[in-house]
Amino acid sequence: MNWKALRHNRSAVAGALIFALFCLVALLAPVIVPYSPTDINFTPLLHPSAEHLLGTSVNGQDILSQLIWGARASLFVGLVSGALISLVQLVMGVFAGYVGGVFDMVAVAVTNVFLVLPSLPLLIILAAYLRGGGLLMLVGVITITGWAWGAKVLRSQAIALRDRPFVQAARVTGEGRWHIVFAHVVPNMLGIIVSNFFGAALFAVLAEAGLEFIGLGNINDITWGTMLYWAQEGDAILLGAWVWLLVPGLCLALLGTSLGLLNFAVDEIANPRLRRD
Amino acid sequence: MRYVVRRFCALVLTCWVALTVNFALPRLMPGNPVETMFARYQGKVSPTAISAMELDFGLNTKTGELGQYFDYLGHTLTGNLGVSFSYFPARVSTLIGEALPWTLGLVGFATILAFLLGTTLGVVAAWRRGTAGWRRASLVDSGLVPFSLMLGALPSFWIALILLYFIAFKFGWFPIGYGLNPGQGIASWSGFASLIHHAALPAITLTFISMGMWILLMRNNMLTVLGDDYVKFARAKGLRDRTVAYHYAARNAILPVFSQLALALGIVVGGQVFIEIVFSYPGIGYMLLQAVENEDYPLMQGIFLIFTLALLVASFLADVLYVFLDPRVRMESAK
Amino acid sequence: MAPLLEISDLTIGYGWQLPPSVIAVRGVSLTVAAGEIVGIAGESGCGKTTLALAAAGLLDPPGRVLSGSVSYQGTDLTSLSANELRNLHLAEISMVFQASMNVLNPIMRIRDQFHDAMAAHGVHSSDGARQQAEETFDLVKIPRQFFDAYPHQLSGGMRQRAVIALAIVLRPKLLFLDEPTTALDVVVQRSILQSLDDLRHQLGFGVVFITHDLSLLVEIADRIAIMYAGALVEEAPGRELHEKPCHPYTTALMSCFPPLGGPRQRLQGIPGQPPDLRNLPKGCSFAPRCPEVIAGTCEAVDPPTVRLDGDHRVLCHLYGEKAADHG
Repeated sequence: MNWKALRHNRSAVAGALIFALFCLVALLAPVIVPYSPTDINFTPLLHPSAEHLLGTSVNGQDILSQLIWGARASLFVGLVSGALISLVQLVMGVFAGYVGGVFDMVAVAVTNVFLVLPSLPLLIILAAYLRGGGLLMLVGVITITGWAWGAKVLRSQAIALRDRPFVQAARVTGEGRWHIVFAHVVPNMLGIIVSNFFGAALFAVLAEAGLEFIGLGNINDITWGTMLYWAQEGDAILLGAWVWLLVPGLCLALLGTSLGLLNFAVDEIANPRLRRD
Repeated sequence: MRYVVRRFCALVLTCWVALTVNFALPRLMPGNPVETMFARYQGKVSPTAISAMELDFGLNTKTGELGQYFDYLGHTLTGNLGVSFSYFPARVSTLIGEALPWTLGLVGFATILAFLLGTTLGVVAAWRRGTAGWRRASLVDSGLVPFSLMLGALPSFWIALILLYFIAFKFGWFPIGYGLNPGQGIASWSGFASLIHHAALPAITLTFISMGMWILLMRNNMLTVLGDDYVKFARAKGLRDRTVAYHYAARNAILPVFSQLALALGIVVGGQVFIEIVFSYPGIGYMLLQAVENEDYPLMQGIFLIFTLALLVASFLADVLYVFLDPRVRMESAK
Repeated sequence: MAPLLEISDLTIGYGWQLPPSVIAVRGVSLTVAAGEIVGIAGESGCGKTTLALAAAGLLDPPGRVLSGSVSYQGTDLTSLSANELRNLHLAEISMVFQASMNVLNPIMRIRDQFHDAMAAHGVHSSDGARQQAEETFDLVKIPRQFFDAYPHQLSGGMRQRAVIALAIVLRPKLLFLDEPTTALDVVVQRSILQSLDDLRHQLGFGVVFITHDLSLLVEIADRIAIMYAGALVEEAPGRELHEKPCHPYTTALMSCFPPLGGPRQRLQGIPGQPPDLRNLPKGCSFAPRCPEVIAGTCEAVDPPTVRLDGDHRVLCHLYGEKAADHG
């Protein structure tokens, strides 16, 4: 995994900058919000003005404050889900592929079951059963539906690596299984693992927003998805409040794009044929 | 042929697994929503209806879990998916039967269009990049990649909302939602035209959103193939660029797409559900949302099952198609 | 009459920037006459493939010709447009790449790969293209029934021969072969080489045969050129080179393979490594490894090209004026 190349890759740099910007906003949210995002005392449905740069919602909340605060939720769900999914993929994909035997057989069976189930409908149904659960519930549900595909990919890579001479040499010298996986197999798959992480985070951000949009998250949370839910509920289209409709989705798109760029850049570096000189 | 038979057996097996999961799911959820449902409907529906639902839902506690499971399997195989709670006494299978054609039409059309457009663009981008020579990078490729990434990062429902607002509401070029003008049937020409008119915006949105994925998939496959020896040799034979790009490179690059198809379809399905919701388009995605909002568990389960089966069948068809396209597999299977 | 191929003081570099970071071929001159087999031998990385690609008009970026010229029948190849070059490929100048087992499109029937190549040069099915193609199959000794098959249905050796058949189907005048038999076993190797020789006699094309296996060239080549680190260090008729190798590198190469008959000898390798092409040493590039290096001269001054008797060229100080001083 060529870290130096990452610095020169335009996609990676662009993606990293945008992502860092969102992280900064999320971290500094309590400091930079003009008003409290939950404050409903403003006049509803104001157009953008000097006092409310992005206007107000149908419930009388300042949209800009909500937007800034919403970054926290998306980043939280995105990163935590991405990390959990990657963890599950490590166990069910990399470790299972390397170890083989009964563990692998069971892992493959479980993975295949999850692969069969279509993710979005499953996501909707799980969230519906557990309705109103908030961000943690969303993280859980997203993790359950999002790990299978990547695990399959990682597993085939791990199997290919298992037969490479340097791994066999490590086995022969008596190194422990977990040790071999983390010291030899994973470092050589780092490109795919990192790329999968970004892919998973992207899936998580979009899935969270989607579920909240249809009202399956906690509709009182301040997130970009719930902002769009309230915009839809408040007939923003009919009332011409297009700024309210535009900005949360725009942030989602930008955050998503940054994750996509990072995903793509890491993929490019790991696969030499895709590289741009 | 043997390959096809094997894939078909795999299909049957996975269908069975899907059914089992579908059976187990509501019973695994906390709070046992099924029993809560019965409690809710207890006062409003006649006892015979209740016992009929119990039977349909397999909640007849006399036979126990295993008995319920086989009942469920038997019912599903005969097309009995139970009775809807929110549209009682309409049967789930009837409801799905009404909504499914709308979804199939939309998804089918949009997927084919997105596939054709996306793969062509992917081929063009990769070819230009691969033959850019001293320019090193092609503008088309350099522009297309981030563009496709962005397409993939756009929340489908947000794009749908924006398009709905600007194009349908503001400019009025397309209707604001639904499948048809109210009160109109599709049997007439004007009815058919209305159908297309209503489906246009959802179709455009869905195509637009799924295109990005095809572009990137095909582009990456092409770049990998372009490094292969037979492409070099094809050019050394003096063949024209376009011949090499399509007959040699693209036809090989498209093969791995079929194994990525399952993933691709999953993404399309996701986009389609949200788009139906935003446009109030009467397909099964929209119906799923209503079922969720009404806590209509039989309907939710039925729709989920249909989604699963549809994806499985599509994957199976893709596998079969792959056999025809790759002579190496075809000959292997004929042995 | 202009020679079939004339390479004149050709220098080729690789790199996206100027000056290129790697000089792969330095000042190489070589001529090939019609009906002649010229062999080019050398270690991996000595520049022989690059030279062949440029001579066949197939050099792609980041490779570029820095100076010198390549002329085919008197026409400078670098002055031709992409279209004109494309017309030359296969019809006049043909190349068989290394590891040719993989150069056939796996999802097209072999006959279709012949037909599209032939059609691209104006020979269509109506003109008896199939007949012509099948005849080349006979020439390379592949049973005709494989003409309609897919590449994966043929063995590696047959695929190699099929590629050779494709390379000669339009009766080119100049054929480049880059390690055409390296990946095959010796029996198949011999058979292919025999076919090539027969074909050459029948059809009269000129051949440039590239390999690291000098023993092979000694058997079949009319003339042999030895390359080292991008430079042509020796060139002579095959027999002459075998009996009287002049350049120390050639001598060392010759002693690397034992004769089948004769007394057992201790084999000598060539100590050291080929130089880094990004950082060529001053003077003669072989000097650091040369057993007969002339101290003070070889590492400082570029060796001259010396013409010896018997149509023999060598790039070495040992045969230059300085040699007389050291006697």
